[in-house]
Amino acid sequence: MSATDVGLVASVFLACAVEAVEAVTIVLAVGTTRSWRSALAGAAAAVVALAVIVAALGPALTALPINALRVAVGGLLLIFGLQWLSKAILRASGAKAEHDELLIYEQESHAARAAGAAGEGIDPYAFLVAFKGVLLEGLEVAFIVLTFGANQHRVGLAAAAAAAAVLVVVTIGAIVRAPLSRIPENLMKFAVGVMLSSFGMFWGTEGAGADWPGGELALLAIVPAVLVTAIILVRAVTRGARRRAATSAERRGLPA
Amino acid sequence: MTACRRLARGILEFVVGEDWLIGLGVVISLALTAVVADLGLPAWWVMPSAVLLLLTLTVRRAVREAVDSASRASESKDA
Repeated sequence: MSATDVGLVASVFLACAVEAVEAVTIVLAVGTTRSWRSALAGAAAAVVALAVIVAALGPALTALPINALRVAVGGLLLIFGLQWLSKAILRASGAKAEHDELLIYEQESHAARAAGAAGEGIDPYAFLVAFKGVLLEGLEVAFIVLTFGANQHRVGLAAAAAAAAVLVVVTIGAIVRAPLSRIPENLMKFAVGVMLSSFGMFWGTEGAGADWPGGELALLAIVPAVLVTAIILVRAVTRGARRRAATSAERRGLPA
Repeated sequence: MTACRRLARGILEFVVGEDWLIGLGVVISLALTAVVADLGLPAWWVMPSAVLLLLTLTVRRAVREAVDSASRASESKDA
């Protein structure tokens, strides 16, 4: 397995696990409060829809010329990666509230109870909420599977990594039957942001016609460099927040 | 037509996300990389520089927005 294959598996597995945690939270909430059968049917229908998207678009993408594909894939991964990473930096520094699965679970459960009693047979509310939740959380992952997989002509490997992540998260969800709040989701999002940004930068540059010094080995410098930059930004934002808090306390005559 | 527009808008929102600055910055830096490479000059440094700049700008902007909304909330509480 090459360095880029390892990066592909790690990035897809982590991204998929993060999105699967969010999707499982929604399915658990509607399943517990309304109907397990309908929630699971909605989730299964969404998984089938996502598999169809990957199976239909995968071969079409791999047929594109490699440089055009790398520019498009690199650009998209970079856009996704930088968005994930900037949010992760803000969450890690306390400037943005951390993603709270318990809170999301409670909100979804409250909305499900407010929607009235579930009838006999398939409950449309539970089916649709589970379908929409899994489809929306899964679309980004399908995109990552397609872009990583098509670029390296390893759509199968990317899909297997995604399936493994779903299996792990769903198994944990089935065992605990409670919100997966102990999974370090924010830390995983940080890692995914670093990986997507690094691979996006690498492929985008190659697709645009430039060469990295050292070829694929450049990734061994790019990934740590992006990670260090992100950590420096977390520290800078945290320091800034402390300074503002001290200034504000000083103005109010309180001890900092 | 309205459905097509809605679909196109949905796709654009999905791809570009909440921050258009990142999308625009990535497109410009990819174009700049292609131009520099086409001139026969080393161009690998363009994307790392752009990523550093974009990430810093995005985080700074988000922090400033958070500070502004917190101070507005505090002012309205005081009033």
